[in-house]
Amino acid sequence: MLKKSIRSILASSRKQGWVLEPEAKRLLSLAGLAVPKFTWASKLEGALKAAQRIGYPVVGKIVSPQVLHKSDVGGVVTHIDGEAALKKVFQRFTKLKGFAGILVEEMLAGTELIVGAKIDYQFGPVILLGIGGTEAELYQDISLRMAPLQETDVAAMVKCLRAHQFLEGYRGSAPVNMPALTRLLMAFSVVVMKLEDEIESIDLNPVMCMADRCVVADARIMLQARPKN
Amino acid sequence: MDFKPLFRPKTMAVVGVSFKNERHPANVIFNKIFLRYPVEVFPVNPRGGFLQGEKVFKRISEIPRGIDLAVIAVRADYVADVLTDCIQSSVKGAVLISGGFAESGRQDLQDRIVAIARKADFPFIGPNCLGIYSPSHIDTFFLPSERMVRPGPGNVALVSQSGGVLVDQMVKFANEGVGLSLGISIGNKALVRELDLLDYLATDPKTEVIAFYVEGFEKNEGRKFVLAARACPKPVVVLKAGKSAAGTRAVSSHTASLAGDYAVFSAALSQHGVVEAKNEFELLSFCEALGSYKTAIEGRVGIITGSGGHGVLAVDCCAAHGISAPKLSAAACRKFKQLLSPSIREIATLTNPIDLTGSAIDDDFVTAASILSGDPEIECVIILLLPYSPGITSDVGARLSQVHRKSGKPVVAYVPHLEKYRMLIEGFEFNRVPVSPSIEGAVLMVEALRRCRPC
Repeated sequence: MLKKSIRSILASSRKQGWVLEPEAKRLLSLAGLAVPKFTWASKLEGALKAAQRIGYPVVGKIVSPQVLHKSDVGGVVTHIDGEAALKKVFQRFTKLKGFAGILVEEMLAGTELIVGAKIDYQFGPVILLGIGGTEAELYQDISLRMAPLQETDVAAMVKCLRAHQFLEGYRGSAPVNMPALTRLLMAFSVVVMKLEDEIESIDLNPVMCMADRCVVADARIMLQARPKN
Repeated sequence: MDFKPLFRPKTMAVVGVSFKNERHPANVIFNKIFLRYPVEVFPVNPRGGFLQGEKVFKRISEIPRGIDLAVIAVRADYVADVLTDCIQSSVKGAVLISGGFAESGRQDLQDRIVAIARKADFPFIGPNCLGIYSPSHIDTFFLPSERMVRPGPGNVALVSQSGGVLVDQMVKFANEGVGLSLGISIGNKALVRELDLLDYLATDPKTEVIAFYVEGFEKNEGRKFVLAARACPKPVVVLKAGKSAAGTRAVSSHTASLAGDYAVFSAALSQHGVVEAKNEFELLSFCEALGSYKTAIEGRVGIITGSGGHGVLAVDCCAAHGISAPKLSAAACRKFKQLLSPSIREIATLTNPIDLTGSAIDDDFVTAASILSGDPEIECVIILLLPYSPGITSDVGARLSQVHRKSGKPVVAYVPHLEKYRMLIEGFEFNRVPVSPSIEGAVLMVEALRRCRPC
């Protein structure tokens, strides 16, 4: 059964066909996935307060039901180092289509992975793991599994990546925390199975993987055009 | 549904024989069954009369014998009536050769015959198909016997959405000496589909490998299929066509774009140990190998050759598939050397690939195969045999097969397929050691064993 809070997020997102990023993060957090500290602020004052609480530098992202691909419109700014910079970003965002606020988030650094889900016509829910970032589609280094995942699937998925050494710690870079990645993928698999009839696909891209944790830095949940119920 | 009468009928009716056109599908089928198969066959045409001296029945219900299988080759609009007649006459199943259904926009006609059959629990194959081939049992293909090259009896069942692909594969199987238990062209697969046949073939005592040519599945059908294939104790091979089909709509997420239809298909197969053949060449090699061996391997092979170049080519080909040839230990090499004939002791390369040189004799090949089969690091042995060498006799195939029989470890061989070397090749094949006419084919046979391991 879906939690009531998850249901209401889906219901309110139905209109635009996808879930706004702050709402998507709230949904994932309810499902047990780690997300960054974030605040959705529609006024500059709130944004500044949130940034102070989180601590600079922060990330600012546009929240708009009309902007699905945020970086394409300059709607993602990282390394915002103080109030003046945040103010400037906020003012620019207000001019973007359908402005509904700014998402202020803690800055994360780590290995960027993509975790995704798709409801495949022939095979039902499938989970994707790959080398992430905006260039994910260029590298096409991914592995796919039918959901639900077993814990042993996660190691097998990592091993299937061409760049698996990158995750295991390559030339001095910190290895990805495998137990944390496993927890994230298992929790994701559970929520994907529950959302099978609601969603079309989900991108968690990037998932920031650090030595101690894996955090969903960006999330996009595309809903099915016509849900069954 | 009971499929057995479809594949092992004792009595058969061919509906739609023509009095004017002797090349009509129904006539071709009637003739070949009448003349060449151990099945009692009755022609049917509403006009009655006689065809080549045989009484033609106006309806199935007029035939004085109980009918196991009706082969129906009448116009699409008449199929529903014939089907109803079959059901009322307690026929046990049908093959619908007729086209003119969903494939030409008449989904309504197709839905109607499916509804009729489902209600009566009546199995039919097709429509728009060639039907069933089972060596020396039955052949419903409307292709004149003299035009076909038919594989002999064997343990591979081949199920195909395309009749043309099935026939063409059968010719290639026959050419490689790979036998079939059943060949089934399922056409529009309106009622009997891959999953039904997988269930049936899983318990068919004659079938040990189940191969499918699939263009696509219905909603969630792929999921059910791979889960059933995983549970099936026999290896399942799938050749998927339509790998490059573009998505029907724009995709708005990275995942939807990266996880295209074929990417998901391929991943789902390997996740569940269903062997994906990427092309028809692989399909043949995989079926041949899996007809002999069921052991899944990780991919560590021993390679024996009489020519250094062949060894290197095989290693290259193995590497491209992620198969490795681990080196033998120094101690093993020392022991091995003492067992070889004196003339090659100093010139043979004993690490792996093992190059016995052109001066090797049968005994050296047998020794090398025994050493590699006994090495715990090696899972499978590839023997590259050049019968041109003066020390090689035509006994070597049978002798090397005995090594496999003793050790239980899979052995595959490459031998040039020339009529001249037939006895050598049969020495392998009659002992169920598969032989390929190319180095790459031999490596693919090993790859088949690797792919049936869930990944």
